[in-house]
Amino acid sequence: MSFPWAKHYEPKQPLMKWLDERLPLPRLVYNAIGAGYPVPRNLNYFWNFGVLSGAALGIQIITGIILAMHYAANGAIAFDSVEHIMRDVNSGWMLRYAHSNGASFFFIVVYLHIFRGLFYGSYKAPREMVWLLGLVIFLLMMATAFMGYVLPWGQMSFWGAKVITGLFGAIPLVGTPIQTWLLGGFAPDDAALNRFFSLHYLLPFVIAAVIVLHIWSLHIPGSNNPTGVDVKGPQDTVPFHPYYTAKDGFGLGVFLIIYCSVLFFAPNYLGHPDNYIPANPLSTPAHIVPEWYFWPFYAILRAFTFNIFGIPAKLLGVIAMFGSIILLFFLPWLDKSPVRSGNYRPAFKKFFWLLVADVLVLGYCGGSPAEEPFVMISQLAAAYYFAHFLIILPIVSRMERPLPLPNSITEAVLGHDAPSAPAA
Amino acid sequence: MATLETTETPGNVAGDGVRRRDFINIAAVSFAGVGAATVLLPLINQMNPSADVLAQASIEVDLSAIKEGQAIKTIFRKQPLFLRHLTSKEIAAADAVPLSALRDPQTLEQRTSAGKKQWLITMGVCTHLGCVPLGAGEGEIRGEFGGYFCPCHGSTYDTAARIRKGPAPKNLEVPKYAFKSDTVVQVG
Repeated sequence: MSFPWAKHYEPKQPLMKWLDERLPLPRLVYNAIGAGYPVPRNLNYFWNFGVLSGAALGIQIITGIILAMHYAANGAIAFDSVEHIMRDVNSGWMLRYAHSNGASFFFIVVYLHIFRGLFYGSYKAPREMVWLLGLVIFLLMMATAFMGYVLPWGQMSFWGAKVITGLFGAIPLVGTPIQTWLLGGFAPDDAALNRFFSLHYLLPFVIAAVIVLHIWSLHIPGSNNPTGVDVKGPQDTVPFHPYYTAKDGFGLGVFLIIYCSVLFFAPNYLGHPDNYIPANPLSTPAHIVPEWYFWPFYAILRAFTFNIFGIPAKLLGVIAMFGSIILLFFLPWLDKSPVRSGNYRPAFKKFFWLLVADVLVLGYCGGSPAEEPFVMISQLAAAYYFAHFLIILPIVSRMERPLPLPNSITEAVLGHDAPSAPAA
Repeated sequence: MATLETTETPGNVAGDGVRRRDFINIAAVSFAGVGAATVLLPLINQMNPSADVLAQASIEVDLSAIKEGQAIKTIFRKQPLFLRHLTSKEIAAADAVPLSALRDPQTLEQRTSAGKKQWLITMGVCTHLGCVPLGAGEGEIRGEFGGYFCPCHGSTYDTAARIRKGPAPKNLEVPKYAFKSDTVVQVG
């Protein structure tokens, strides 16, 4: 599971020895995130975002469990119970803002984590399973975030639930029964609110379990690194603890400063004011938008305004939106270049940044009203998104002439291949 | 060797390679599978609308107070329902449209009760993404075809609540209903 030169866990105190023989949990931790896990010596700060995602999940679970102690999942009082948390519960305002902004920050660090993996080719062999499990986590996060946003039972909650469950209504023949089944009624109501609350509480623990698998599958080949070159010997690695626990700790501090600045000084900046209006099934807000982290996908959904081959535009939009994520599951086999890191792939590097720009454009359009020029821009940007993965990447990986790779991680860092003993 | 092993396997009564144990395995797993599927059914079905939700799934509306040209909004199955008293001009406008010009071709006759062409009863749910279109309330915009207009993404419906413009794929849904008398209608 690890490199042969990994440090071995040797308990010194009698109590730890006794425990190790009966339940080797400290050994497991030592080998997973302690000194027993050798990591490439050249990781940059982009490698912080895995740990930061885990920290964000931790914040969400802790604040969420507390909020659930004060929240009531009933259509008649859900909105009031959230206001009760905001006004009456001791520190309730802080816990709720920490949770609602925590969701945004969770997505920020996860998106950076994903783009890090895209740039440095972390999805390629032998880490395909790490990538696939990561996508499963991403899908679970989206489901959890969507259901969480419904719970305050404001206007955006209600209409968001209606629009998103309405997507399933686009499925031919079985669409309407599925939508009714998901909601437990003909429109979002108590039944939907209760089941969303139940699942919103459950899914974060499912995410935590899939994270365990994600890390497990990562630790078999070990972490990728900015050169994408495989670890060749002990001189290429340092123990996770204390080197990367310290580096991640610093990153965590920076993350918390930014998170707390928003939490305490602009807590509603990332939210939508309409969600402070209680849910009203008879009046639709003029401009329905999901939370910002769904905007790129929402733009793809709305990009289809015309039928193709008799398939209705609405169904096409739904297929494209889900397809834009399903597509990523095939990425390890679409990009055939054996070179992992974008630093050594001049053509790939340019298209990578074009993709980043494209997703940002999609995000901007998804948050804008569905009118020109945003519809046209969404259509072009959505087409480019699919073209990047299905056409550009496979062609680039065949045609491109990569730059010469360093012989080893150590050579990339020091300029020469140093032996494990200090070089003269 | 292989054939020798199978014939030597205890329980191979017929000598055709099928062991008694194979039968027991398949039978046991199938039985447990059917049992699991049977238990799964109520676990899935519990998510369908419950009896109290279905109990409210039918309403009666008195139309006598709605004057020509007026419309009312009410709630049917927790969703808005539009009941509209069409003017003869609006009926004529709806009838004048050729079916070939429609995205979801239906005549006003097909969308209303026989002999009650003036009563247009539809769900107030845009068939695009489920917003509530404007046009049933006093003074709301009715769009360029004089029917309903959805402010979310600009779907425009005509005086028979048929989709004419914008992203919605279908006409506003006509729920099942029956007139109990000249002025009372039961929806659902």
